[in-house]
Amino acid sequence: MSWEIVIGLEIHVQLATRSKLFSGAKVGFGALPNTQTTLVDLGMPGALPVFNEEALRMAVTFGTAINAEVCKHSVFARKNYFYPDSPKGYQTSQMDHPIVGLGYLDIQIEDGSTKRIGVTRAHLEEDAGKSLHEDYDGMTGIDLNRSSTPLLEIVSEPDMRSAKEAVAYMRKMHAIVTTIGISDGNMAQGSMRCDANVSVRPKGQDKLGTRAELKNINSFKFIERAINVEVQRQIDILEDGGKIAQETRLYDSDKNETRPMRSKEEANDYRYFPCPDLLPIEIDDAYIDAIRQSLPELPDQRSARFVSQLELSEYDARVLSASRALADYFEAVVAVCNDAKLSANWVTSELARYMNQHNVEIEAAPVTAEQLGQLIGRIMDGTINGKAAKTVLDELWNQTGEVDAIIEAKGLTQVSDTGAIAAMVDDVITASPKQVQQYIDAEVDKRGKMLGFFMGQVMKASKGSANPGQVNGLLKDKLDELC
Amino acid sequence: MTNKTLVQISKDLAAGEYSSREITQDIIADIKARDSIYNSFISVSEHLALTQADAADARIAAGSAEILTGVPFAHKDLFCTQGHATTAASKMLENFVPPYESTVGQRLLSAGAVCVGKTNMDEFAMGSSNESSFFGAVKNPWDLNAVPGGSSGGSAAAVAAGLVPAATGTDTGGSIRQPSSFCNLTGIKPTYGRVSRFGIIAYASSLDQAGPMCQTAHDAAIMLNAMAGFDEQDSTSQQRETPDFTAELNLPLNGLKVGLPKEFFGPGLNPQVAECIMAAIKQIEALGAQIIDISLPNLELSIPAYYVIAPSEASSNLSRFDGVRYGYRCDQPTDLMDLYCRTRAEGFGTEVKRRIMVGTYALSEGYYDAYYVKAQRIRRLIKDDFTRALSQVDVIMGPVAPTPAFDLGSNTKDPVAMYLEDIYTLSANMAGIPAMSTPAGFVNGRPVGLHIMGNYFAEAKLLNIAHQYQQVTDWHLQTPTSSGMPVSNTEKGA
Repeated sequence: MSWEIVIGLEIHVQLATRSKLFSGAKVGFGALPNTQTTLVDLGMPGALPVFNEEALRMAVTFGTAINAEVCKHSVFARKNYFYPDSPKGYQTSQMDHPIVGLGYLDIQIEDGSTKRIGVTRAHLEEDAGKSLHEDYDGMTGIDLNRSSTPLLEIVSEPDMRSAKEAVAYMRKMHAIVTTIGISDGNMAQGSMRCDANVSVRPKGQDKLGTRAELKNINSFKFIERAINVEVQRQIDILEDGGKIAQETRLYDSDKNETRPMRSKEEANDYRYFPCPDLLPIEIDDAYIDAIRQSLPELPDQRSARFVSQLELSEYDARVLSASRALADYFEAVVAVCNDAKLSANWVTSELARYMNQHNVEIEAAPVTAEQLGQLIGRIMDGTINGKAAKTVLDELWNQTGEVDAIIEAKGLTQVSDTGAIAAMVDDVITASPKQVQQYIDAEVDKRGKMLGFFMGQVMKASKGSANPGQVNGLLKDKLDELC
Repeated sequence: MTNKTLVQISKDLAAGEYSSREITQDIIADIKARDSIYNSFISVSEHLALTQADAADARIAAGSAEILTGVPFAHKDLFCTQGHATTAASKMLENFVPPYESTVGQRLLSAGAVCVGKTNMDEFAMGSSNESSFFGAVKNPWDLNAVPGGSSGGSAAAVAAGLVPAATGTDTGGSIRQPSSFCNLTGIKPTYGRVSRFGIIAYASSLDQAGPMCQTAHDAAIMLNAMAGFDEQDSTSQQRETPDFTAELNLPLNGLKVGLPKEFFGPGLNPQVAECIMAAIKQIEALGAQIIDISLPNLELSIPAYYVIAPSEASSNLSRFDGVRYGYRCDQPTDLMDLYCRTRAEGFGTEVKRRIMVGTYALSEGYYDAYYVKAQRIRRLIKDDFTRALSQVDVIMGPVAPTPAFDLGSNTKDPVAMYLEDIYTLSANMAGIPAMSTPAGFVNGRPVGLHIMGNYFAEAKLLNIAHQYQQVTDWHLQTPTSSGMPVSNTEKGA
């Protein structure tokens, strides 16, 4: 039987506010436990929440960026449950009246076409603290620094049909939230994480299959793996005549498997009701419009500009606009070297190779856009050739130093002295009588291809430093003289 | 010092009759000597009080004193006091010492008032008789066989017994007004949002409101001046200017339109209480008011609606008492569930547990619409009733409670009978309007309060009416001692 995969994502984005959603405590990662807390975050008796309006502005910005309905009336609700890192015994969230309603975003799918993914809603809520199970001698430590950190939970429609689509959606969402500046998007620190609702159904069937919810996935790589392994698990069960249980599962990246979370945690009745300590949020069109007007250039718009203004291919434009940091980097490279196509090539191929190898994002790349721009500039002005440039890039990535100093120190300046190159060309022609004869015997339109052999020999002789353009010209001239 | 009003003490302090330290010491000694009769205090904050009194004396000497500077008062033990135990009359918080002060407490401290201690109350403010306190029931100074009312019963008894001139209270469904009525005091529940709730342990957040309990309307106005005001730490507090609540006390009542809702005078009302109230209303009429019959048709629904909304909010508000960060924790928990279950089973009293369970049930999936949502709809109807009525009249009057103070132990077996006590008071909390009680007579030696309700932010009007009434009556001047009280403590059936 052929199966269709159905995926919906719930993405939690930590908003980049300075203070918490309901208190004046600083938001930050890595501080000593319980040092970034107020009475409110600690759930002390009589402490009351005060809403951080910056979080509202960010949520509305997001709503306008995904073409969503921004709700003029939204309400905070309490989600009641007991857990030691939930200091009030409830999480303040939004239930019936979220701040952002129906919206959508477009992703590019594998065949290169565009697919629209619906966003059901996005709502504001506070994060919980952390339970620390190690280092406390059998006891559990509670760190409430993260308590009341603002989150935007973005719920998609079940519109995705493959793990790759889910990753594309997540990447697009990442690009949007970082572009509009509402989150640092740092997945390693949990600033962006997602739950995936995954089900399968026989192709052609309308009714959705029973879904499993995969909790707390915190990298693009794991989204793809977790969904694929879960899909396979479900198909195996169904093909063996079994049934899928509706449950919450955890992805174990070490074992590359999903497994059910304790069922106790699912038996919760959260008893949502409007939080009586907080007033409903009322905003007007003027507020929403002002935010809409001040939206920065969004990833899709930027990509379109890369095509129309910088004449990049659709593909390169999309890759380079996938995150705000990457797009900013690319544009900074272009600003230095003034060649968009070369810049695109170097960023998407050479630099990307290093990033993949070392598993770092552009923000952490040791080569600055300024340096890469200079390097490309040196290719353009003929100082070095492409091969030497790769050596410089390797040096820039792995060592310290500046572009010109490395070229100098490594003696990479390409030989553009016509006399020296001519001598090497003559040597190669003299040393290769057989190949020269083949060249002479070949039909004129086939000769171009045969030039490659001689090119390689000359470049080898020059240890790669000869100016390939000059070598090519001289070879052609001298060989054609012999014909 | 017994039964001196706040105004009198303030004058004495200004005149140098005695220092704040002296009166504070006298009051603390008096509490220690006599409060074993009433059990109106949970704790006395002697050290803090004397420090505050000395600071007040310095202000008085420096000529920078305000009217409350140096005047002793007591806090209901629901107001967090920095550095002094705040228990909510619960085993759960028996040893809880807040590292912060409530906004109301801070405002009173800034005015120079001296907090001598924390008064007894129903546990977590849940009750109408002060019998649910972990620290024992409070006795009504007017009759030691009677309850003082609740939940601010300790504050009421302490002022009525002359232990302190004024005390703070909170009113979620009548908890300032009903004990004021039972103990012959002037107590006012302000408009919801007039007084900050920050630092007051929450019972039902959408209904809770703090206010003063005093001997006179003038004293209450002075206290309210200090307590009220916008607080950015409480999102439900109102961003509006606080008037001087003493400014209109002396206005005449000519032309005042007083509405009498027929639902306040139905069959449940004790006839002698009705007589007192009608007599009081006659006097108000004699002061120039016009009496108009009105109706609040949904009043009866306020009891079931209240007992859904308040427990629902309470069930969530009290979730933070889990034994994890502060307060009571059970011995040797075997696991997390055991920690939660036993901490809460052992730390909360019966009435608190009952309301948590009722609220949890009402908010549960499948019941939420039938209970909570419906109760909110009723709340809206009640609010509309008041809006309609208060477009016809300036204020609404009636009894505070259907009976005078009842006997200790008489309602404890039947929670529903206890809940019916709140029939006249709940609706003001549901609507969020201000309401107060002022002394209006006695039935068999037990006081009866006149209930005055007004439009949003009309506290000054209510205090004006009470003050004018107090100018032509002396009910509020009666004290248990002046009337030959307290009666001996004859234990019923003992």
